[in-house]
Amino acid sequence: MDDLRVSLPAGGRDLTIVDGVDYRVEPGEVFGVAGESGSGKTVSMLALLGLLPEGARVGGSVRFDGRELLRMPRRRLREIAGRDVAMVFQDPFTSLHPMLSIGKQLTEHVRRHLGLDRRRAEERALELLREVRIPDGRAAMRAYPHQFSGGMRQRIAIAVALACRPKLLIADEPTTALDVTVQAGILHLLDRLRRENELAIVLITHDLGVMSAVADRVSIFYAGRVVESGPRADVLRAPRHPYTRALLEALPHPEAARDQPLVAIAGAPPSPGAIPAGCAFHPRCAFAVESCAREVPPLVPVAGDRRLACPVDPFAHAEPGSSKTNQVREFPDV
Amino acid sequence: MSALELRDVVVDYHRRGTTVRAVAGASVSVGAGQIVGLVGESGCGKSTLARAAVGLVPTSGGSVTFEGRPVTPLSRKARPRELARLQLVFQNPYSSLNPRRKVGAQLADALATLDLVPRQARAARVRELCELVGLPPSAVDRYPHEFSGGQRQRIAVARTLAADPSVLVLDEPLASLDASAQAQLANMLVDLARRLELGLLLISHDLAIVRHVADAVSVMYLGTIVEQGPTRAVWEEPLHPYSEKLIGAVPRADGSGVLPTALPGEVPDPTAPPPGCRFHPRCPYAFEPCGVDEPPLVPLGAGREAACWLRIGSKTSREETTRRVVW
Repeated sequence: MDDLRVSLPAGGRDLTIVDGVDYRVEPGEVFGVAGESGSGKTVSMLALLGLLPEGARVGGSVRFDGRELLRMPRRRLREIAGRDVAMVFQDPFTSLHPMLSIGKQLTEHVRRHLGLDRRRAEERALELLREVRIPDGRAAMRAYPHQFSGGMRQRIAIAVALACRPKLLIADEPTTALDVTVQAGILHLLDRLRRENELAIVLITHDLGVMSAVADRVSIFYAGRVVESGPRADVLRAPRHPYTRALLEALPHPEAARDQPLVAIAGAPPSPGAIPAGCAFHPRCAFAVESCAREVPPLVPVAGDRRLACPVDPFAHAEPGSSKTNQVREFPDV
Repeated sequence: MSALELRDVVVDYHRRGTTVRAVAGASVSVGAGQIVGLVGESGCGKSTLARAAVGLVPTSGGSVTFEGRPVTPLSRKARPRELARLQLVFQNPYSSLNPRRKVGAQLADALATLDLVPRQARAARVRELCELVGLPPSAVDRYPHEFSGGQRQRIAVARTLAADPSVLVLDEPLASLDASAQAQLANMLVDLARRLELGLLLISHDLAIVRHVADAVSVMYLGTIVEQGPTRAVWEEPLHPYSEKLIGAVPRADGSGVLPTALPGEVPDPTAPPPGCRFHPRCPYAFEPCGVDEPPLVPLGAGREAACWLRIGSKTSREETTRRVVW
């Protein structure tokens, strides 16, 4: 994804939702995209699948296996989007059809895209259900989405997404609606799929804990731009952008003293119609200098695979451990 | 004395001829100015227990008392005045606020209904309520839709504060908020509890937040409380295997790349709970008595209680244990 820009029409004008986003994801890699709601995380993904609403304007470039997706004819894109790229949403009810049996939803897809006959499609469906650990696949095939619990439904949605052996899975807040115990199971599943199937996964989440558990590399979105990206451990243990740091500090920490207030970020994220000039974060930033209000800071390489969009870079030399967010905690490997 | 006391509460839902026991004998108490967290997976009955606590659902057993008086279910009759000091904050501030009335008017409504302040002092009290929850005075002239989710939840809290409550029951007040908005609201709740001596019963599936703000925590599983105690102690050394698994499933944002512990299996169907300990089919430590007899919640010292045969066997006398279970 190179310099992706998306604007959506609203009230007679175009609102910029995604403003120059780029990143790449390799096979077998989980790429985490984090940010608050409205930061453009989801829209950037819908853009590459051609799923934006009427009137949306898209610029930049998105290449999948070397092929440009943004200027591809719609029919061709649907073929790729349905087979090689799959998507899982926060609410499995969105991706599963309520009136069709699970078996139908699993076989229809593979018959269309992989050209399997009925029997082989059914075998493939059972194999998929086994893969996502749904017990008694044959009974599950005859059942309907509402007959399953939230966690099971999300597993089935993942099975449907995997039906055509995609190379890329886009998981948009896949565990947000689930209990932590069920979430843990889904995270284990995603981790196994990328290791065993060489699946590339883009994991969109507002939960930095979820991202920390499975993502290899991460990028932090703010108001339609990437403010910081890099390997998981670097970004989460020694965040350099003031926004990344603030996001981490807003999280409750197990070691924090009782009654020590959580560190909330002042103000609220801007709405797409009212994004501040210069660095969009500057009005909420404790380290902003005069130029932050004027110039949009470019995302530039700072060290190795790390990139940062902050010319002030107040934490350039912060040692891991200098902030409470940087404490390296030891806990049993499970 | 506890301000709010739920003792052996049972709540049954009747649907199409079947009875679902959503809460099967749960006890929770909230002292004055105390923050009590109630955690558990969805479907464990925690929201039902919250509703029973304020009399929104009738109980089939046990008792709910607030400041020494029984909390009676809502009926056609006017609610006793004293119960107005027990308030509920709903999960979704989008549906609990009237979209067509200005915030100031909605806060004044609450004051007028309860007639707590004279008419001429209401405007001043409304501004004071806004200040208490950290809203600007200009908020009174705006409509709910002009506010963010976090601010809307503050408005909802301000409206309950109009009743001059001593206990707030909050049902997932932080769900659907971003981390920063969650942090702001959590800070505000702790601040209110301390400043106004307000007891809080905080129902949440977000264990990290509960861990941070609650003085005590109750862990609920399939309609029963399986463990309760001071929050820090429960987190550091959970005494019930379910609490252990629940706490272990919380992912940490420390960049370690460690997957949280998965808890295999599903929450059983509450219409047909497993015999014995309700957690035993999913419990890695289950042994003979677990599938036979339901373990009682017993005190284990230092203000802690757990309902687990492993603990009961180790802490109470051998006779007592064998009297309860024969194995």
